[in-house]
Parts: sequence; C-alpha cells; structure tokens
Amino acid sequence: MNLWSRLMCSCRRRSPWIFHMNSGSCNGCDIELVASLTPRYDAEQLGVRLEGSPRHADILCITGPVTRNSVHAIETVYGQVCSPKAVVAIGSCPATTNVFIDSRVLDGPLNRHIPVDVFVPGCPPRPDAILQGIAKAAEILAERGSRPLVNEENQQ
Amino acid sequence: MSYKIPMGPYHPALEEPYKLDMICDGETVSDAKLHIGFNFRGIEHLAETRNYIQVIALMERVCGICSNIHTLTLCQAMEKLTGIEPPLRALYIRVVMAELERLHSHVLWAGIAAKLMGFKTMFMTCFALREKVMDVLQAISGNRVNYSMNRIGGVNRDIEDPLALLSMVEELEREMVHTIIPIFTTSTTATLRCAGIGILTNEKAISCGVVGPTARASGVPQDLRRAAPYAAYSEMEFDVPVEKAGDVRARLLVRALEIMQSCRILRQALTKMPSGEFNTGDGKIVFSTGTATSRVEAPRGEVVYSVSWKENSRNPARVHVRTPTFQNMPAIRWMVIGARLADTPLIQASIDPCYSCTDR
Repeated sequence: MNLWSRLMCSCRRRSPWIFHMNSGSCNGCDIELVASLTPRYDAEQLGVRLEGSPRHADILCITGPVTRNSVHAIETVYGQVCSPKAVVAIGSCPATTNVFIDSRVLDGPLNRHIPVDVFVPGCPPRPDAILQGIAKAAEILAERGSRPLVNEENQQ
Repeated sequence: MSYKIPMGPYHPALEEPYKLDMICDGETVSDAKLHIGFNFRGIEHLAETRNYIQVIALMERVCGICSNIHTLTLCQAMEKLTGIEPPLRALYIRVVMAELERLHSHVLWAGIAAKLMGFKTMFMTCFALREKVMDVLQAISGNRVNYSMNRIGGVNRDIEDPLALLSMVEELEREMVHTIIPIFTTSTTATLRCAGIGILTNEKAISCGVVGPTARASGVPQDLRRAAPYAAYSEMEFDVPVEKAGDVRARLLVRALEIMQSCRILRQALTKMPSGEFNTGDGKIVFSTGTATSRVEAPRGEVVYSVSWKENSRNPARVHVRTPTFQNMPAIRWMVIGARLADTPLIQASIDPCYSCTDR
C-alpha cells in the first residue's frame, strides 16, 4: 500500500459521511439517528456528517422494513453511493421486518436487495448503539477501500 | 410559463418519504399536489391477525414520535369493549406520559422548523433540550421511543416517586422560558422567516377540517383535552392557546405556548397523583361484540381509533385509525398557493406532518 492509499484509508475511517434513507420506517429509528448527531451524543466527534445526497456519502444508513414502494429507490440510491461504500441497517425492521412480519406490502428484509455490512438491532436502537454501528461500518469502509478492485467483484 | 417541480419522495429536505409536486410561475407556487403511500406497511390489516396483547405492541409502531398516544387510544377503545375501568393512578400516569410526549414532539418540531429556516444553532439547542425530556421519559418507562406503557386496564409501569420528577420538569420549563421561546418569538431570523407566510384563513381551516395546533393557529379553539376530557384531564387546569393570524409564526407560537401548558399539566399531575393500584391485574379479559371509538388529542391533533370485535375472538375484527396529519394534509395546498418556492419546505413542515402515521 502506498502513502496515498494509506492516507485515504485513514480519512475514510475518521470521516465517514452518511446518507439516511427511510424505507417505510415508523420514524422511531429516524429520530434516534438525528438524536445521535446532536450535542448529547455528538456524532461529529467521529467525523460523521449527515449528507443530503447519496453521491457525497460513504455510508448508507437504512431504516424501516422495506416497503414495496421503496425497493426500487433503495437499489437506485445504493447504486448512487460511490465505491467503496458500506451499508448500516438501523433497527430491527430492516433486519427481520420486526412486528410487521407477514405484511403483504413489505418486501423485506433488507439484505434480500442490497448487501448489508452492519445490523444495529433494537426497536429502536439507542443512539449510542447507532454510533457504534457507524463506527464499525467506517472500519469496514477503510478496509474495503484498501483493496478496491477485488472487493467490487466480490460484492457482485 | 408555469413549470412543475417534483420534490421527493426521497429528498434531503423531507424527513419521511412523500412527494410534493409544485406547479410554479417563476418563483411563485401556483398549485401543489401531495402524493403519499411510500410508508404503507398494511398495519390495519396486520392488526386483524394479532391478538389483544400483540395488537398493542403493533399499534405502538404506527409512529415513533407519538407511539404512546396510539396505544393510549387503542387501550381506551378496548377498555370500552371489555368494560374494564382503569384505576385513577393509571389515568394520572397516562396524562404524565401523554404530556411528556407532547413536550418532546413539540421540541422536536421546533428543532426541525429551525433547521428548515436555516437556523442550525437553534436546531442543536432544541435537540439538546429534547434529550432532557427523553431522560424523564426513560426514567419513567425505561425506554426512549416505544415506551409500552399502556395496557388494557391501566399502565405497565408505576411512577414510584412522582415528586422526584418535579425538579426535572422545572428545569425543562426554565430552559423553555429562557432559551427556546424568546428566540422563536423575538429573534429577527425566526420572525422574518415565519411571519406572514403559509397563511391558512379561519374559513379555510374550518372547511378543510384541520385539527390540533394547525387549527388553533387559525383561530379555531378546539382541543379534545378540554372538549371531551379523557384519562385524568378533567381534573387538570390549563389554557388552550389560540392565535388568529394563521401563518407559520402563529403555528410556532401556539406550539411554544402549548409547551408551557404541558409543563403546567405535568406539575399538577405529578403533585396530585393519587396512591393505589396502577392497573387492574392479570384477570381474564372478555370482549363484547361491537365497535368502540376513542378520541385523543395527540401532539399533532385529534387521533381517532375505531375498534370492532366479535365475541369470543382473540383478535380484533377491525382496527381503524384516523390520524391528525390525514386531516391537516389538504390544508398544505391552500397554504403554499402564492408562496415563494423557497418557503415551501417550511410551510409544509409547519403542520408537523407525520406520514408514517397517515400511511400506516
């Protein structure tokens, strides 16, 4: 690994920008994610910033049990995040569809549609747990960035 | 020449997925169309497949911001069907939970409104204050979002020492009076951004049938806590703040004043809380055939549940929910017509929309 890629690796680990996407969530996880960005939990100390566009983000944070309406959007947004990228599924909904299991309008869980790196379970998870999940995803991101080509093929 | 600007469904300015199509003439919005349904999870159908204990956990997840209100309304309707009367202490605990939830919801809204005004400092201040409300909620229920406090015939957890929570309420009130309310009412940034935009006249408010703070900001003095008291609200003293102007600033003021009233109700409920049981125990629950409705004043307005049951059934035959945003949504169209394009995110946020409640 040359100096440049070592630097990039460290930057990715220390400053992951996130994009938040709601795939039919009840807002519980969404407000906990926002709460984790505000002064009490202060995600910015880890270099985390909420971005408005998936093209600017490294980590895709998805909440909600994946409604049929959102499947196409999830795939599009996942495609728009630049490589290397990591996906954090926040809450029990994207992991198992939670209490909404058996619903006919859901097309979950999330890992049927896109590869998920970190699951943060809980209904909803506490902001501390969300931060831990993002920190873990940042490490995965840095590792993935250090071997970009191999990794891209593995993902497909 | 008019053109259409689609906004959403997955847009950074929107907290939840929904789509707003705006027809614009230059900078001025001439019409708007709202598309919802991206959050549809089929909860009303799922409720028919769950028994009377599971259905409470399911309906709690209709909305993460007003989760307590949904279980409260459902439990009230189910109590009507079973004929169980919750004890007085349970009613007081329900009032405490409902008011704490109103506090955190209004502060959250204030934060999001501040963010949409471009007032990031205020957003952070509001959320720092909201954490203090969440501390009280967590101290009572052990959870931050889905409290699972309500059950048929009372509440699941007792408030063991109500007077100990008084100091927390006083601190909240102090911060509200000294920080949040003065900034929103006197700061030039907030005033210039809110005054005179998104006007909903009194006549339009009545013809759209808007509810909650949106109605009260347009001079419609309606509040279910006063008009049809539930839980222990008939024993509380409070005012219903009403503003005449009908613009975004009026809606901001109504919510700010409601925060003060919530603190007042909280103080009364905590000091006057009677001793005794907080639920009716684990006796057998027998439902009678029929339909019961229950109405509750949620932070955003009136929530109506209509629950049907067939005798000897464990599952409800039908649970129908009508949420406040469903009533307030059509008013957005009348608010944005004639507004500048840059003001529309703030205007549509001013009704405090919750589409996960509305879509279900």
